Amino acid sequence: MFKRLIKCIKEYKLPTILTFVFIILEVAIEVFIPFITVEIIDNIEKSAPLNSVIKACVVLAVMACISLCCGGIAGFTSAKASGGFAKNLRKEVFSKIQTFSFSNIDKFSSSSLVTRLTTDIGNVQMAYMMLIRIAVRAPLMLICAIIMASIMGGKLALTFVVIVPLLAFGLLIIGNKAMPAFRSVFKKYDKLNESIEENVRGMRVVKGYSREEFENKKFDIASNEICKDFTRAERMVALNTPLMQICLYFNMIFVLIVGSMLIVQSGGEVVKIGHISAMLTYGMQILMQLMMLSMIYVILTMSAESIKRIDEVLVETPNIKEPDSPIFDIKNGSVEFKNVFFKYSDKAKKYALSNINLSIKSGETVGIIGGTGSSKSSLIQLISRLYDTTEGEVLVGGVNVKDYELNALRSSVAVVLQKNLLFSGTIKENLRWGNKDATDEELVEACKLACAHDFVMSFPDKYDTFIEQGGSNVSGGQKQRLCIARALLKKPKILILDDSTSAVDTKTDAMIRKSFKTYIPETTKIIIAQRVASVMDADKIIVMNNGEISAIGKHEELLKNSEIYREVYTQQIGGAINE
Amino acid sequence: MNKKNNGGFKDVFRIIKLLRSFYPILLPLTVICIIFSAIVSSIPALFIQKIIEKIQVWQPTQDWASASKEIIPLVCILIILYILAFASILTHTQLMAYITHGFLAKMRKMMFSGMQKLPIKYFDTNKHGDIMSHYTNDLDTLRQLVSQALPALIQSFVIVVSVLSIMLYFSIWMTLVVLVGVCFMLIVSKTVGGGSAKYFIRQQKAMGKTEGFIQEMMNGQKVIKVFCHENECQQDFDKINNELYEDSYRAHAYANMLGPIIMNIGNILYVIMALVGGIFLLSNADNISLSGMAFSISIVVPFLNMTKQFTGNINNVSQQINAIVMAMAGAKRVFALIDQEPEADDGYVTLVNANILDDGTIVETSTHTGIWAWKHPHHDGTLTYTLLQGDVRLNEVDFGYNEEKQVLHNVSVYAKPGQKVAFVGATGAGKTTITNLINRFYDIADGKIRYDGININKIKKSDLRRSLGIVLQDTNLFTGTVMENIRYGNLNATDQQCINAAKLSGADDFITRLPEGYNTLLTNNGSNLSQGQRQLIAIARAAVADPPVMILDEATSSIDTRTEAIVQKGMDMLMEGRTVFVIAHRLSTVMNSDVIMVLDNGRIIERGTHNELIEQKGTYYQLYTGAFELE
Repeated sequence: MFKRLIKCIKEYKLPTILTFVFIILEVAIEVFIPFITVEIIDNIEKSAPLNSVIKACVVLAVMACISLCCGGIAGFTSAKASGGFAKNLRKEVFSKIQTFSFSNIDKFSSSSLVTRLTTDIGNVQMAYMMLIRIAVRAPLMLICAIIMASIMGGKLALTFVVIVPLLAFGLLIIGNKAMPAFRSVFKKYDKLNESIEENVRGMRVVKGYSREEFENKKFDIASNEICKDFTRAERMVALNTPLMQICLYFNMIFVLIVGSMLIVQSGGEVVKIGHISAMLTYGMQILMQLMMLSMIYVILTMSAESIKRIDEVLVETPNIKEPDSPIFDIKNGSVEFKNVFFKYSDKAKKYALSNINLSIKSGETVGIIGGTGSSKSSLIQLISRLYDTTEGEVLVGGVNVKDYELNALRSSVAVVLQKNLLFSGTIKENLRWGNKDATDEELVEACKLACAHDFVMSFPDKYDTFIEQGGSNVSGGQKQRLCIARALLKKPKILILDDSTSAVDTKTDAMIRKSFKTYIPETTKIIIAQRVASVMDADKIIVMNNGEISAIGKHEELLKNSEIYREVYTQQIGGAINE
Repeated sequence: MNKKNNGGFKDVFRIIKLLRSFYPILLPLTVICIIFSAIVSSIPALFIQKIIEKIQVWQPTQDWASASKEIIPLVCILIILYILAFASILTHTQLMAYITHGFLAKMRKMMFSGMQKLPIKYFDTNKHGDIMSHYTNDLDTLRQLVSQALPALIQSFVIVVSVLSIMLYFSIWMTLVVLVGVCFMLIVSKTVGGGSAKYFIRQQKAMGKTEGFIQEMMNGQKVIKVFCHENECQQDFDKINNELYEDSYRAHAYANMLGPIIMNIGNILYVIMALVGGIFLLSNADNISLSGMAFSISIVVPFLNMTKQFTGNINNVSQQINAIVMAMAGAKRVFALIDQEPEADDGYVTLVNANILDDGTIVETSTHTGIWAWKHPHHDGTLTYTLLQGDVRLNEVDFGYNEEKQVLHNVSVYAKPGQKVAFVGATGAGKTTITNLINRFYDIADGKIRYDGININKIKKSDLRRSLGIVLQDTNLFTGTVMENIRYGNLNATDQQCINAAKLSGADDFITRLPEGYNTLLTNNGSNLSQGQRQLIAIARAAVADPPVMILDEATSSIDTRTEAIVQKGMDMLMEGRTVFVIAHRLSTVMNSDVIMVLDNGRIIERGTHNELIEQKGTYYQLYTGAFELE
């Protein structure tokens, strides 16, 4: 799990190593600083000549300067290393997602991917920074301090035999108890925030039904419960400080009593007075390092959840693969389904599509109609290999779609998805998604074909009009027509419209179909629609029902043969006077 | 700059004031404990000094038995002090944990209940993500302030003050030298800490931008695939990702460097003090001090130790600078939410259960009768009751969402009880705006709206809205079971009433086919349901509320025509006997209305029944024949 993450450090190995180096230097100096300060005090106490005081002072000043530089550099490099690591990780995850196929995407919700890319990676960044700063420093300091203390203090060092395990165990127990508590409360906390979001989003409903008080009560119950859980967890962690203090106090008292006894009994031979304060300083240092180590332990376990979630993305293998010797050339726009069965996941019991046999000639216009859940969209998504069939094969231009190079296939088969999106950017930029080298004339031409040119020209900024995120500043019908224009710019051999004119008025809808017929006659056009009018004049109409083809034929034939078709037709058109 | 800082501190002070009002006893107690423990933990140093002196005295004698008689009592006092210190530390850390989360819960509650009172305008004009970040990021900065920064500041302040007075007691000259050094440290921490804070705030902005980009791309991932646009996205992402990295690592670099810098300036100050002390000692300079002591070793040595303590605490304070700056920004935003002007409600006409006596007079009752009446108190102290019927009239209404742009011009609509009134027109023509005015999500600029003859400004908003059922195009369901979601319309409804409502709206059919029927848990706005199914639940929710007036704003837009035909019967039954306002872009939905209003640019340009409008051969006719686009 960690391996895949660690790979992402890449060019930030150097700052990571530099951090280690400078921290080791800093620690080395820091350990010696008490020696020098003791010497300075000694010199002053002994009223030694000013010269020797100055000498010690200069040494200390130089050491402080070096330590300052080392600490500063380590601080900088560690920030750079962790920031860079996070950057690389974010890039890695993002580009991994780019390789996902539709079924991979279905597995993760988009909001969970956003959290992984932001919060989770942020957690890893912090953890990494702490780790490289403290993971070297704390054990090193701990070892140095213990060695120094044992050399200097002799028997006095026995105090550490008591306090080190005491504190270590204490911290471990507190940590192990508090962590699950925190983890569960964090989950609840996320839920609370989700419910706040729900409230914000649904404010019109809340106010519409005057449910403000109801919402308040619901919120209070959840919030109070979280407050209780949080307090309980936090109080456990808050025991750390008193625990640390009691160890310190024990150390003080032990050192004072035993130390003074040893000093007095031996007349200052075995243990010297100066050792007492040194032992106290080292005791402090040792305990501090234990605290640091426990902090690392907590941070690592806390970020383990984030690491796991990031790794889930990294380990996901895209399940649509390029063929070994891909074909780049798509001969024509014919489509054939041979005994196709399809389900969205291996675990699914029911097939979304079963027993599909279908043949579409190049240049034909095909309409597909059927109720919600009849798998119309599933059918057409197999053509551009957005999903792979479970059984059977789909052929485009006479060749199995699995043998084409993916980009080549998808450039020739343009799909206008049902859930359509424009991205924030100008209309031009959005259109050039279809073909990034398209000239302005080509853009205009495509928009004219899709009946989008007129309204685009009515905007003050025309083709440079900025589309807000999600295309919120154009109407649904306008958005759909821009999406069609975008797809047309690919100059596809097969054009698939998945309910892409639902918000367009019937007259414009008819005009779009007419312009397809006139200007792109060679392109195979497959049109999924709710409106019968949109498919009535197609060369072939497919009626889907429950994942199967219920009927195929021309309008007149279906009126005679297909009950479903007839029902839809009479309902939509039969009743109206003027269609 | 200065002014801005003051503003920031003002917010922090307000936080402290709030803390005090939430915990009038516990907070002072905690502060006292912190101060006490800070003082108590600095006293032992004196005892240690004394013990060492004793050891020095007894050392040559090697007589531990006698020495212990003097040393052990001192140690005992020390132990008592430690017990006191331990008790106070234990108390204040526990109290602090308690207060922090209690405070956060109270703040959350204040924000949330305040938010419920805000007008819809607030939610229309602020991004939901921004509102949410008040609850997540901004509150988190307050948590750090309360749980860490403030206690650390108090503690350090106490220690600094006590150490400073001891210093002054010993020697004013040397204290001055220390203070000069400390000033220098403060300047450095302000510069470095300020830089760090600046980049932290920039990092937060960059994070927001990255999050926005990622969100858009993750939502559009399938479109990206269809257009083979992966590489371009990756390039855009890399750019934004790099920007984030630049700010993020700088922010942390500054923060990381602050510690070593301050600590080592402390070391250098120590050196300076040692030299100054040494020079004073050698030159026999005159000492000025509160104690009147002359320079001696016994002054210089403790002074050096105190210098260390002093600078250590300055370091502690400087570590909190970031937290404080962030908390200032966070507090400002939190208070901006809390201080938002709540939705005004001067209504005094209320909705009450009523009974009609044989002579036709209406009397108020406390039991549920199924008959409702408006209780209207007048200036002269009299009360009148008006039967709730659902008669809604708009009279020459003008309205604009802001001063510059008027959205509705001179709109008049009369809806008699039981009538179905439809609005058609292009996006932005003002259809939804009219419904926003009827339930007073927004207030009209000019004209009048009357409900059963009462000016709606006089009606209490909650009662007005109770009498209106709204189904919107964007359905919002809440986390909970299907049953709970339907019951949202009427909290007192029995299960059977909810099921009946679902049957009426045509939702029962699919609900019973869900794995757990009415007990199926909906999460994430009912993401496991189709948009059409969500709309059906929303209609059932309105049905169970059983209001005399209903507003259906594109309520059936996502239900396919085949299903709509099935639902239609239920919808007709639902609408029967109610005043209904319908907005729909499918003309089939509005054809059978009693009156259809065609809106264009905020004006009603045509009105009449379907047949009348077709005969007029005006805009409606063109819409109907498909010559116009409806979106």
